Amino acid sequence: MTTKGEMDESLLEKREGTVDTENELTMWIEYWLEGELIHRSAHVTLKKPLIFIGGETASIG
Amino acid sequence: MANTQSMCTSFMGELMTGTHNFGTAPVRATGATDAFKAALYLASATVDAATTAYTVSGEVSGAGYSAGGVAVTMATPPTATNSSATAGVAFVTPSASITYTTVTLTTAFDAVLIYNSTQSNKAVSVHTFGSQTITAGTFTLTMPANTTSTALLRLATT
Repeated sequence: MTTKGEMDESLLEKREGTVDTENELTMWIEYWLEGELIHRSAHVTLKKPLIFIGGETASIG
Repeated sequence: MANTQSMCTSFMGELMTGTHNFGTAPVRATGATDAFKAALYLASATVDAATTAYTVSGEVSGAGYSAGGVAVTMATPPTATNSSATAGVAFVTPSASITYTTVTLTTAFDAVLIYNSTQSNKAVSVHTFGSQTITAGTFTLTMPANTTSTALLRLATT
């Protein structure tokens, strides 16, 4: 799908990229038609979980 | 044998299922799993540890995107794994990717809020990523493996 509906991929300029950090792995893809962005999708894999860590239990006295 | 002061790992897992109540509990009509949703937020928004519930303020908008976001599949219940007399971890991860299909989101966004739509849209967690825009495309968030060390949400003692 593009902003102009379904199009023949062979008519379009395809650009792809990847970002790999400690927080995420992202892959994106774009399709351009005569200098106009008509499709962009992105796929993000979350790599950094959220964690609550409790240390030593407090003592009384 | 010896006794060891510690938070019980089973307790942490049971916190994730609402088993214990030290205050005023929400009224639950059934024992069914709550429904969770995921909303996307603009890079200019402020959703963080202070966020208490889903808000439309700062949420993305655009063709194909419905306010409130999409459902989060939580088919796998929380797991609590003990590793020693003092340490353990309870963890849970959505069991499927979170997908926004055929959307156009032209203003940069960089966060997703997971919230409990059964319990008054109360906030669960905020996850950030590099700023994105989507044009007549699909945005997918794939979850990490649901393990003691990589699960999306973990409560741990050391």
